[in-house]
Amino acid sequence: MSYFEYLAEFGPRFVDGTIITALQTVLAAVLAIFIAFVAGLMRMSPNPLIRGIATVYIEIFRGTSLLVQLYWIFFVLPLFGITLEKFTAGFVAVGMNLGAYGAELVRGGILSVPRGQWEAALALNMSPTKRMIRIIFPQALLNMLPPWGNLLIELLKGTALVSLISVSDLMFEAKQINSTTFLSIQAFGTALVIYYVMARFAITPFMRWLERFMSRKLGRA
Amino acid sequence: MSEDMSAYPLRLEGDDVPMVRFMNVTKSYGALVVLDSLDLDVAAGEMVSVIGPSGSGKTTVLRMLMTLETINGGVIYVDGQPLTHMEKNGVLVPASEKHLRKMRADIGMCFQHFNLFPHMTAVENCMEAPVHVLGLSKKEARERSLELLQMVGLEDKVDQHPSRLSGGQQQRVAIARALAMRPKVMLFDEVTSALDPEVIGEVTNVIRELVDKHNLTMLMVTHQMGFAKEISDRVCFFFGGKIEEQGSPDELFGNPQKERTQQFLSAVMEAG
Repeated sequence: MSYFEYLAEFGPRFVDGTIITALQTVLAAVLAIFIAFVAGLMRMSPNPLIRGIATVYIEIFRGTSLLVQLYWIFFVLPLFGITLEKFTAGFVAVGMNLGAYGAELVRGGILSVPRGQWEAALALNMSPTKRMIRIIFPQALLNMLPPWGNLLIELLKGTALVSLISVSDLMFEAKQINSTTFLSIQAFGTALVIYYVMARFAITPFMRWLERFMSRKLGRA
Repeated sequence: MSEDMSAYPLRLEGDDVPMVRFMNVTKSYGALVVLDSLDLDVAAGEMVSVIGPSGSGKTTVLRMLMTLETINGGVIYVDGQPLTHMEKNGVLVPASEKHLRKMRADIGMCFQHFNLFPHMTAVENCMEAPVHVLGLSKKEARERSLELLQMVGLEDKVDQHPSRLSGGQQQRVAIARALAMRPKVMLFDEVTSALDPEVIGEVTNVIRELVDKHNLTMLMVTHQMGFAKEISDRVCFFFGGKIEEQGSPDELFGNPQKERTQQFLSAVMEAG
């Protein structure tokens, strides 16, 4: 069977898997960004309890394996009465894990804004909320974009683990096709190339565009 | 920390209430005392220059007045009202954030490194606080800002971001930005120290014009003795967290009484 024939037969399943992977990536990214901002800001709170909660969250999700977290969310949580559908469990696990890494990026981005910016905003009598939203955040956001690009690629690759709880993503389809055809090079080679293309030709250009867009908006271009 | 606050009046009253009064103000970082029982009055409309060696506490004076630093003892009054404290059941207690926000409205500050907001144009920098703190309409704030930018000679730079402006231009925008809040007291913290020599004049000219034409109370920390001598009503020489000597520019520069003042001035003059 030529690779062309192979693709003709299994191409649609790779496409289906790719769509699920893309969906998992987008949903996990939205969740990760949300968690990162909430936990990142909590980490900077003057209240030790709020700071503590965020620190514990970040420590647990950064300090343990994503696969173990995925199994916990899918297999263990139902024992406590929380049952998630496998598709949901998949992106929730990936999002919660990468969100913990993102929280540190958010915190670092905010800390990277020079102290003088806080002081100037305070000297203009801006409220703490306005200082954060209008002065610090726009600058922090631009500073943290490059590491976010890396994190989103990590996140995309991390979604491959959801195949282990039978979410029919790209990796799941590749394994299924492999187990019926035993054409391992074609199955996993195709998956490899698709993951690479998604990272290199979707996420990376998108982040570059976002950086350029933000720089222009912030007058730095 | 258990200072007897009853020694301090709840507010200053009378005919000659100073615009700013530091009363027995102490500031320390752990064991390091930065300001030691400082007493300093600045009258309304007065221009006071603060000079002294680095580490003498002169910048701290401005930062405490801007509430960028808390104080460890004493009380600061602005326009007769306590700034660092507020009245509660007839005694002074440390100011709440709400009280600080009310009092800060009277004070504006310019910094050594300008601290303009890089994501906003010159005019947006000036409009930001009038719109988002004072609640002015964008149109009003823009008119006010354009007027001030014209006053500092930057009418052709209003739509530039700070990254496109020279240091002197950035500092002039920063002055316009502070003035847009219509403060009663303006603080200048070494505003020319980070500038190239050839653009210092454009900033000092703006300050000179403020002194000549506006009834602002000003406190200026500076290393430019010539400028301080020219425009100040009074000069304070700080040493070791205290005012070592103060007087009119002619007195202090022409005939300093204390040995440390003489040493400092001769060292500075030698350096040119």
